[in-house]
Amino acid sequence: MPAGMMEPRSGSVSPYSSGLGGGHQPANLGDILERVLDKGIVIAGDIQVNLLDIELLTIKLRLVIASLDTAREVGINWWETDPWLHAGALGDSRHDELEHENRRLRKRVRALESADRDGADDD
Amino acid sequence: MTSQTGTWVYGVTDSPAAIRRDSLDQLTGVGGGNLHLVAAGGLTAVAETVSLDEFGETALRRNLEELSWLESTARAHHRVIDALAGQVQLVPLRLATVYREDGNVRAMLAEHGPELRAALRRTANRAEWGVKAYADEPAAARAEAEPAGRRKAAPESGAAYLRRRRDELAASKQGRQEALASAQQVHAALARIAADARLHPPQSPELTGSRSAMILNAAYLIDDQHAAGFREAVDDLRNRLPLRLELTGPWPPYSFADAAPDLQ
Repeated sequence: MPAGMMEPRSGSVSPYSSGLGGGHQPANLGDILERVLDKGIVIAGDIQVNLLDIELLTIKLRLVIASLDTAREVGINWWETDPWLHAGALGDSRHDELEHENRRLRKRVRALESADRDGADDD
Repeated sequence: MTSQTGTWVYGVTDSPAAIRRDSLDQLTGVGGGNLHLVAAGGLTAVAETVSLDEFGETALRRNLEELSWLESTARAHHRVIDALAGQVQLVPLRLATVYREDGNVRAMLAEHGPELRAALRRTANRAEWGVKAYADEPAAARAEAEPAGRRKAAPESGAAYLRRRRDELAASKQGRQEALASAQQVHAALARIAADARLHPPQSPELTGSRSAMILNAAYLIDDQHAAGFREAVDDLRNRLPLRLELTGPWPPYSFADAAPDLQ
């Protein structure tokens, strides 16, 4: 059947039509983004843009990543401390970036809080 | 208006004969065009000729900032890979891998042959399945939700805020520990069935639309012949543990395309 317009746009991306699936959730945008942006084999193209340089993407990834800070705070960081798992969980560069981001945000929070307290001393 | 073109690559296979001809004609790529194959050294890339006006370096930088463009491009990239991965062993390439021309794709295939073949071997007759676990834990949700609201109502000192936050977190500690233990149990049980496993960072509530915290976001590489058993195992865990489990898949083996740095 000739088709140039078979576009299952919205959220209805159905993984393999091989019959293996069924009874599972359709792919949501977060699932797709975390895979196509962050996974997949990385081979430099002639025109490959470093995805981490893209500002919106870092915002987007922060959404994807549940604010690691929050996760740590509530103790949901076991994937980070398990050495067997850690290596595969986050690429080094992204990890560094998140660390950096984390430090930056903490600094900002401190600044805001001391402004709130109207010059009260830190201890 | 320039009409320079480049070659967008979706993935690489070593068995292109298994790709149904009509699926290449029917699938629409990221640029709205048809797909073609580029072969070299026994490997074949699935590619699309795209306009550099939209997919050149400058354009990509601009377009990737645009959420709607990013979404439709990511979905289109995935749609092609997903459709082909159902027919043939395919290693997915990361989004936005673009070459100036098909000739450069052939050079890439030759240069990265060993790496690509290793990835194809690792993922042969296997698919990726995603499992997410949510802790439906009111205390943690309250601890997350409250500070912002209260701050608005009555500003408090940073010290008081931190004290209160510590108390709230301590109060829900028990529930969290149980949820985490369950999540670890889930991961341990499923990793035993899997040929390989990866943990992704949990997704945020904004993205999932869920109020409860995601405490496990894992990908498992499962032999096709064990797929049914894997799904049963997930159901079994779902019945036994106080967690909400969400299963997605089968996915093309995105999370397993790159060799794990540590374990071999």
